[in-house]
Amino acid sequence: MTLQEIVEHLSLKVLTEGKDLSQIVPASGYTSDLLSCVMAGAKHKALWVTLQSHINIVAVGALLDLSGIIITEGAMPDQATIAKANEEGIPLLSTEKPTFFVVGKLWEMGLREA
Amino acid sequence: MAQDQGPIRKGRTITDGAAGLITRVEELAYELKIDEVMTRDVKVVSPDTKMSELLELLRQARISGAPVVLHGRLVGIVSIEDLIRSLRAGDVESPVSKYMTPRVLTVHGSDPVIEALKVFTQTRVGRLPVLDQADNLIGIITKGDITRGVLRALQYDYQEEEVRRYRASHLFEDIVSDRTSLILRYNIKPRDFAHGGAASSNIKRALLRLGASPQIARRCGIAVYEAEMNLIIHTTNGGIIRVEIEPHLITMEAIDDGPGIADIELAMTPGYSTATEEIRELGFGAGMGLKNIERCVDKMLLESTPGKGTRLEMGIYLHPSALSKDANLSPKEGA
Repeated sequence: MTLQEIVEHLSLKVLTEGKDLSQIVPASGYTSDLLSCVMAGAKHKALWVTLQSHINIVAVGALLDLSGIIITEGAMPDQATIAKANEEGIPLLSTEKPTFFVVGKLWEMGLREA
Repeated sequence: MAQDQGPIRKGRTITDGAAGLITRVEELAYELKIDEVMTRDVKVVSPDTKMSELLELLRQARISGAPVVLHGRLVGIVSIEDLIRSLRAGDVESPVSKYMTPRVLTVHGSDPVIEALKVFTQTRVGRLPVLDQADNLIGIITKGDITRGVLRALQYDYQEEEVRRYRASHLFEDIVSDRTSLILRYNIKPRDFAHGGAASSNIKRALLRLGASPQIARRCGIAVYEAEMNLIIHTTNGGIIRVEIEPHLITMEAIDDGPGIADIELAMTPGYSTATEEIRELGFGAGMGLKNIERCVDKMLLESTPGKGTRLEMGIYLHPSALSKDANLSPKEGA
């Protein structure tokens, strides 16, 4: 399943640019709002679902080589965060929906590797 | 006389390098899987679609053909040539089923690219629908997709080669000394959350550039990130991160001048944190940082004197003899 399919199925807003999302296939999923938990628990190439939206999520994404970050509950990262994500090549996606809903949908779509 | 000078060579002489490249392209045709290079987002039509609607689709999507699907099953393929036939006959209101090619050649996503290439050279088709093991349509492949896929793979190879060229071991081999090392230093400011992770990202990138394996680079990145965030969150005046890269060992140090840790054992306890509510709201202060570091490195030393400062030393071995240990120490690394 590609990131592009996930974006379409969940009507996510793509905040970053320059990456062909139809060529990115997330290997697993992870969710937590505690960055150290993500550092410990998320595998590389994972898709991370969080309501954090500050610039450090990009650092975490880049260090773990994540496939992308879905920011939930309409939290909006600032321009500096989006610019940093573009620079590091980490797709940022946003939605008004809560994390629980997003994770449920991803599970339904078949992303079940934790 | 001019004729005695032997035949004039036309074009370029094939060098060893070029010959190697040709072989590599051939190899890639066997190594790359069709689903790695195909186009996934396929535009399809149904047998009832009118040729005039097909024309619009081809124009808008800038494609030259589309698979014909009925109830999820592939029943044919229709191309721009078929469209031209219908245009010539002034028959664009007819359904696609009248002009499509009903018996379609297909390939499987898990097949190597060479299988698609064989079909392209043996037949005159320009595009092949790609099916999964259950015969569902998952994509479409053209010669253009293969060219792009091969170029991407070659570019990746080239980057790998670049990285290999600068491999730390080689770099160090050329330099004769009793002890050679490369030292990277980063100054970390207190409460500078906007630059949190900058030092660890730079260190990770430097290690990859020096030819460290992605796993080693990630482990160093995670360990330094946690140390970096600790300096940002907890210190009075910030601190210094110092990374020393030697052929067999990466040593990372985080040093600050206060406030110091009163009870190191307590600080190491998962879930224990002295971070303020404000910092926790940003997702920090989970009380897992030091535990994460311990998990990622081969050796760890934490010394602190309240009022004086803290020194955290972390080490990751690079020597081949440390490789078996290596594998055990990164249980969370997925692939």
